[in-house]
Amino acid sequence: MQISAVHEILTALPYLLKVGMTFSLTLTVLAAVLGLALGTLLALCRMSSSKWLSVPATLYVNGMRSVPLLLVIFWFYFLAPYVGAWITNSPTPLQVGAYRSAVITFTLFEAAYFCEIMRAGILSVGKGQVSAGLALGLTFAQVMKTIVLPQALRNMTPALLTRVITLFQDTSLVYVLSMTDFFGAISDIASRDGTAVPMYLFAAAVYFVICFGASRFIHRFETARYAY
Amino acid sequence: MNYQWSWASFSELSPDGIHTYLQTLLIGAGWTLALSLLAYFFALVLGSAVGVMRTVQSNPARLFAASYVELFRNIPLIVQIFLWYFVLPELLPKALGTAIKQMQQPWGQFFPALLCLSFYGAARVSETLRAGIRSLRAGQHQAALALGLTGYQTYRLIILPQAFRIVIPPLTSEFMATIKYSSVAMTIGLMELTGAARSMQEFSFHIFEAFSAATVIYFGINTAVVSILSVVEKKLLNAVANNPSTAELTTLSEVKQA
Repeated sequence: MQISAVHEILTALPYLLKVGMTFSLTLTVLAAVLGLALGTLLALCRMSSSKWLSVPATLYVNGMRSVPLLLVIFWFYFLAPYVGAWITNSPTPLQVGAYRSAVITFTLFEAAYFCEIMRAGILSVGKGQVSAGLALGLTFAQVMKTIVLPQALRNMTPALLTRVITLFQDTSLVYVLSMTDFFGAISDIASRDGTAVPMYLFAAAVYFVICFGASRFIHRFETARYAY
Repeated sequence: MNYQWSWASFSELSPDGIHTYLQTLLIGAGWTLALSLLAYFFALVLGSAVGVMRTVQSNPARLFAASYVELFRNIPLIVQIFLWYFVLPELLPKALGTAIKQMQQPWGQFFPALLCLSFYGAARVSETLRAGIRSLRAGQHQAALALGLTGYQTYRLIILPQAFRIVIPPLTSEFMATIKYSSVAMTIGLMELTGAARSMQEFSFHIFEAFSAATVIYFGINTAVVSILSVVEKKLLNAVANNPSTAELTTLSEVKQA
């Protein structure tokens, strides 16, 4: 039994990695980059003195953070075609496709969490720096871009990377839309060959190695930074 | 954009032939609450034990607790729930495995989900509690030992009462998180709130009615939980602040007994 299980995993490995893992990793990277950009924008909006910016941003972030990711995945999967049709003014729902809808979902969802991290990061940069920048004649946008955000980003790197690990784990939830991310590929093969036990154990092991390794790496990076 | 919103869809009969769609959603919310409350309770108990183990002197205990936390934090929840639901019955002795697989409809999904969320939550609770214990000054521990308290007494009377007070707010948000991640139970077929909404969408094609209702119910649960817990939080903190002697009295009496 043991030997045949190893054999099954090895035969499936190219498919699992080439199709499944590639999907999981691309989705993670895309959602992390886009989500961070949108999240930073949201953080600036939340901290803005204009109510027209801060109230909607706050509502968005708190709303996103109080519903389960699974529900958000369903929402955008079904909503995206209608919104797409509305934007392009087409009479019928637009074909968005599962992959693009997943990227949109994770970007919008993660943006709410990245926003909170970036807000803490921006608050960690002293107010005097903003005043000094403005006194030097920089515009507010220049102060943010050249002084505050680079420092906020650096201060928050460990928190952001930890969040990316969570995001990587969360991408396995696209299973509910029958997409072939790594876990989707695993469950495809498990149900095709009736090999649930070795396949799910293998999936757990792979996720564990990647996430544990990544979090060790972040930990070392963090201690190295504070070492001097 | 020509979506027909229909309020009437909520009062249509769901495929189970007994309940309307609105009722199935509310039953789903009930399952969500039952699952989260129980899982949170077990997570608190087990997580406290693991959290304490992470801070004790004994090396094997610390290693065990740290491995526990890393194991449960680094595997996606959906993989964990599949392991509890599909893999565990196969690995147990045959009779027991079959008995588990033949459990009645909601319970056959409810118990694996409960186990999964409890063990996962315990890892998260233990990290929170560990941070709380770490935030106390080392002198507290040393002073307690110098007064002649045993290790157990030190934790029970000095360390834990203070640490728990510090981590009440993060433990509150942990309960909110439990409600959210309990939705993963739908992947093994438990008809909790997200599952009920998904099933209403599949059978009635009233996509946005189903998901809007679920979203509104989640918002409602969140608001209710936040307001209840903030009252509890205030009461707990007030009880300590207004009556500092109570803590000391129990402490002294227990010391005398020991």
